[in-house]
Amino acid sequence: MAKDEFQSRQFKVVGTRVPRPDGLDKVTGRARYGADMTAPGMLFGFCLRSPHAHARIRAIDTSAAEAMKGVKAVVTRADFTVTPQDQGTRDILDNVMAGAKALYDGHTVAAVAATSRSVALAALKAIKVDYEVLPHVTDVDEAMKPEAPVLHEGRQQESVPEGYSQNVLARSQYGHGDVEAGFAKADLIVERSFKTAATHQGYIEPHACLASMGNDGQGDLWCCTQGHYMVRNTCSAIMGMEAGRLKVTASEIGGGFGGKTTVFLEPVALMLSKKSGKPVKMTMAREEVLRASGPTASTSIDIKIGMTKDGKITAAQGDFRYQNGCFYAMNGALGAMCGFAPYHLENVETVGWEVVTNRPKAAAYRAPGAPMAAFAVESVIDEMAKELGLDPIELRLKNAADEGTKSAYGPTYPAIGLKATLEAAKAHPHWSAPLGPNQGRGVACGFWFNFGGDTCVSLMINPDGTVSLSEGNPDIGGSRASMSMMAAEELGIPYEQVRTVIADTATLGQNEVTDGSRVTFAVGLATIKAARHAIEIMKARAAQLWGIAPEAVEWVDGAAQPAGPNAGKFPPMTLKEIAETASNTGGPIAGHFEVNAEGAGVSFGTHIADTEVDPETGAVKVLRYTVFQDAGKAVHPDYVEGQLQGGAVQGIGWALNEEYIYGEDGTLQNAGYLDYRIPVASDLPMIDPVILEIPNPGHPYGVRGVGETGIVPPLATLANAVSRAAGVRLTSLPMSPPKVLAAIKAKG
Amino acid sequence: MKFETPQTVEQAVALLAADSGARVLAGGTDLLVRLRAGHIAPSAIVDIKHIDGMGEITQQADGGWRIGAGVPCAAMGEHAGLVADYPGVVEGAELIGSTQVQGRCTMVGNLCNAGPAGDSVPALVAAGAMVRVAGPNGTRDVPVLHIPTAPGKTSLAKGEFVTSVYLPPRGARGGDAYLRFIPRTEMDIAVVGCAVNVILEEDGTVACAGVALGAVAPTVLLVAEAAEALIGTKCDDAALAACAAAATAAATPIDDKRGTVAFRKDVSGVLARRAAKLAYVRAKGD
Repeated sequence: MAKDEFQSRQFKVVGTRVPRPDGLDKVTGRARYGADMTAPGMLFGFCLRSPHAHARIRAIDTSAAEAMKGVKAVVTRADFTVTPQDQGTRDILDNVMAGAKALYDGHTVAAVAATSRSVALAALKAIKVDYEVLPHVTDVDEAMKPEAPVLHEGRQQESVPEGYSQNVLARSQYGHGDVEAGFAKADLIVERSFKTAATHQGYIEPHACLASMGNDGQGDLWCCTQGHYMVRNTCSAIMGMEAGRLKVTASEIGGGFGGKTTVFLEPVALMLSKKSGKPVKMTMAREEVLRASGPTASTSIDIKIGMTKDGKITAAQGDFRYQNGCFYAMNGALGAMCGFAPYHLENVETVGWEVVTNRPKAAAYRAPGAPMAAFAVESVIDEMAKELGLDPIELRLKNAADEGTKSAYGPTYPAIGLKATLEAAKAHPHWSAPLGPNQGRGVACGFWFNFGGDTCVSLMINPDGTVSLSEGNPDIGGSRASMSMMAAEELGIPYEQVRTVIADTATLGQNEVTDGSRVTFAVGLATIKAARHAIEIMKARAAQLWGIAPEAVEWVDGAAQPAGPNAGKFPPMTLKEIAETASNTGGPIAGHFEVNAEGAGVSFGTHIADTEVDPETGAVKVLRYTVFQDAGKAVHPDYVEGQLQGGAVQGIGWALNEEYIYGEDGTLQNAGYLDYRIPVASDLPMIDPVILEIPNPGHPYGVRGVGETGIVPPLATLANAVSRAAGVRLTSLPMSPPKVLAAIKAKG
Repeated sequence: MKFETPQTVEQAVALLAADSGARVLAGGTDLLVRLRAGHIAPSAIVDIKHIDGMGEITQQADGGWRIGAGVPCAAMGEHAGLVADYPGVVEGAELIGSTQVQGRCTMVGNLCNAGPAGDSVPALVAAGAMVRVAGPNGTRDVPVLHIPTAPGKTSLAKGEFVTSVYLPPRGARGGDAYLRFIPRTEMDIAVVGCAVNVILEEDGTVACAGVALGAVAPTVLLVAEAAEALIGTKCDDAALAACAAAATAAATPIDDKRGTVAFRKDVSGVLARRAAKLAYVRAKGD
C-alpha cells in the first residue's frame, strides 16, 4: 500500500517559500520556551549531582536540607516507589535519579524544591551523600576488556560471545555473501582503525519544565521536548499513574537534534510537585546539560575493504564498537547497518557492539550511530581512490546502490536518490574548482533510514472558512509551516487560510516522538489524508444542497463542483461557502486521520568540502562546502536548506573540535561552551545546499525526511579534505589542531 | 551582598581594605559570569567606574599613554592615537570576548583575573607597560609583568586595586603585534599567545625588543632570549628562527583540555616568528 501513495501533480503551495508562522513570535520574544512557563505558588527545583564517575551510594542524609526555611520538598530515589515494567523505562528512572550507584559525573542523586533559587541551591549543599568511590571506565575499548570495572551485572544479552566484560551488552551482525571469497578477488585491500569522540547536540535551549501534580491524582506538565506523548507515557509509568491522568504540553523548542527524545528533569519535577503539593519548575544550567543530558556515542571502528584495480568493491567488513554511556542504547547496531548502506555489495559483513561506560546515557543525535560509521567507511574508500588513482566520485558511482540493490543491512531498495546526488556533485562547479597550496578537497556519501510511526492529525473547518490543523509533534524543523502548506495544497486554498497548532496529549491520539526525520513525511501524509477526509464531507454537503449524489461532486481549486455536465448545472461552492452553511447542512465539519505510517523512504546525501591546513599549527579552515541531498519533495525549500546546512555545520563541529574530554578521575573537563567547541559563524563558509527531488513512492507528494541525513557525510567529508590537504590520513576525531600538527610532524 | 559605587580612589581603597571578601568590578564580564555560576560569592562588589579618570585614555606629557582601569576594550580600538602607537596592545585587548563583551571588558580586569591566557596581557608586558596601584599606603607604579603571581593570584595587597595602565612613549620607529592561537576563529581562549614589541634604529636594525608569551606558563612570560635573538638584526629569517627557537624553549606549558605540551611549545615558536615579523613591518611603517 505504502509504495504507491505518490501521484505526480502540479503544486501551487508546496515548494514555495511562504513566511514561517512562528518567526515573529521568536524574534520578538513572545514565543514561550520551556523556561518561560510559570504557575501561581511555583517552587524552584534543582538537582544534586554526583561528583564521581562511579560510586556506590551508601546513604543520603537530607534532614538538614529539609529543615531549612523555604525548602518544601527533597526527593531521592527512595521516593520513587514504582518499578516500571520495561527495562528501557527502568533505565530512564535510574538515569534521572540514581539508585544504588552513581554511574557518571553529573548523575542526579537527590533534588530539592524551594521557594527561591538561592534557598534551593543552599539546600543542595546541606544534603550529605556518603559515597563509596568505585573504579571507573570511560573509553569503549577499555570498557570491553574482561578486567574493566563493571557498571551492571546480568544485563548482557546472549548475542555477546565469551571473553568480554559485562559492559558489552549486545552484539549484532549484518551482511550477505562471502567476504573471504570477496577479499580473495581484490587487487587492493585496505584495513584501518578509527576513533571518534562523544559530542553533544548543542541545542541552545537547556532542558526545562514546569510540573504540577494535583491532590486528585491528575497532573499537568509543560516542557521542551521532541515528543510530549513520550514524556507522558514515560513519566506516568515512573509515577505509577494512568497515562490519561497526566496532560503534557510541549513548549516552543530551542533545538533538540535527538537530544530531547527522552526525559531528564520531568519525572523529578513531578515527584517534587507531588511531595510539596506545589507546582515545581526546573531548568538545567548549561553545565548540567553537558554533564547529564544525552550526548552521542563515542566509537572505535575497524574497516576492511577489498577493491579491484578499476575500483569495484569486492568485499567489505566493519566492526563498530559504540560507547553508549551508562545504559543500553542501540547505536553500534545502527552504525553497522548504515556504514556500507550507500553501496551495492556482493559481500559484506558488519558487527555492531553496544558498550556501557561511566558516562551519561547516550541519546539520539541526528541519524544516531550513522555519522561515525560513514566517517570510517568513507575514509577507507577515499584512501583507496587515492591509492588507485581513481576519481572519488567516479569510484562511488561505480559502486553506488540503486533501485533493486540488496542493502548492506538487508532490505532491497525501492527508488532511491544516491546516484543523483553523486551525479549532481560531479557536475557542480565546486568539484572542478582549482585548489591552492595546503588545500584539499574531500567528498563523502551518507545514508539514513527515515521513519514514519504513529501519527494523528485533526483538521477543523471553521465557520468562517479558515482551517485549524492540530498535530501532535513539537515544531522543531518547520512543521507548522509545512503542514499548513500541505493542507492548503490539498484543500485548494491559500496558505494564510490555515493555522497549525501543536496539540497537547489530551487533544489528539498517540504520536511518535519527533524523530527519524518523520514529521514532514508522516504528519504530512496524515494531514493530506485528513484534508481529503474533510473534502469528502464538504462534497457530501454540496451534493445534499444540490440534490445530487456525492459521487457526482468533485473538488477543484478549493470548491465543490458538479463532476461533468451530466451531474447537473450548479455554480461551484467554495470551502468558505460550505463552511458558512455547515450548521444547516449537518453541523461542523472536520477531517481527521490516524495511522502508523509506513513507506518513509530512505535518504542519501553527498557532500563536498574544501579545507586549508596550516602546516605549522595544524589549524583547519573550511573554505567551501556543498551539500547534495535527496528531499523527495521539498515542501518549504527554506526549511529544507536549513536542515541541510545545519546538519553540515554540526558535522563540521564534530569533525574538527567538539569532544567530551574526561579527566583521569572520570569527570568531564569541558562542561561549557568555552571548551566544548561548537563552530562559531566566523569558522564557517556559507554552506551551499543543493536539493534533489526523487519522489518517495510512499508519500502522496513524494516527501522524504531530510532532518538527519545531512549530518552523516560531514565527518568523512572533512576527514578526506583535511587528509588530502595535510598529506597524511587522519583517523581520529576530532581533528583538533594538536592532533593534526602531530600527524603532520609524524609524517616528516 | 553589598554593591558599592565609590566616587573617589580613597573611598574605594577604604571599602576594599575594610572587607577582604569585597571584589572590584570594572567591566564585570568575568566577575558577573563567575558570580552567576556560583564560583564566587563576594560579600561586596566595588564598582570603580564612577571614579574620575577611570574611563579615560590620555596622552601624557612624555608622549606615553595612560589608560584608566574602567576603559572598555572597544574604546581602545576606537582611539586613533593609541592604535597608531600600540596596534599590538589594542589587538590583544580587542580579542577578549565578543562584540558585546568588548563594550564592557577592560584590560585591567583581564590582568587582575590573573588567568594565564589573558589576551591583553602579553602585549602590555612586551611593551614594558606599568600599572598604577592605589592602596591604603598611597599609590605605587608596578610593571605589568609583576602583577600576576600564579593562576588567579596577584601581587596586590589587601585594599589595593589598579587604577590605570601606563604605556611608555612610542617614539619613532616602534611597532608591536599580538597573535594568539585558538582552535576556532573567535569567542575562544588562547591556547598560546605571543606579543612582540620592537624599536628600530634609523637603518632598520632592531635596537630594543620585548617578546612575551601567554598561556604556556602559570603567568605571562617575558622571554629575554627571544628578544635578544631579534636585537641587532633586521628580523631576517635566521633571526626569526632563533627567536622562535627561544620562545619554544622558554615555554613551560601543561597538557590539558586545550592543548598538549608539544603543541604549545611548537606553536609558541610559530607565533613568535609571525608576531616578530608583523611587529617589525609595523615599526618600519611600510
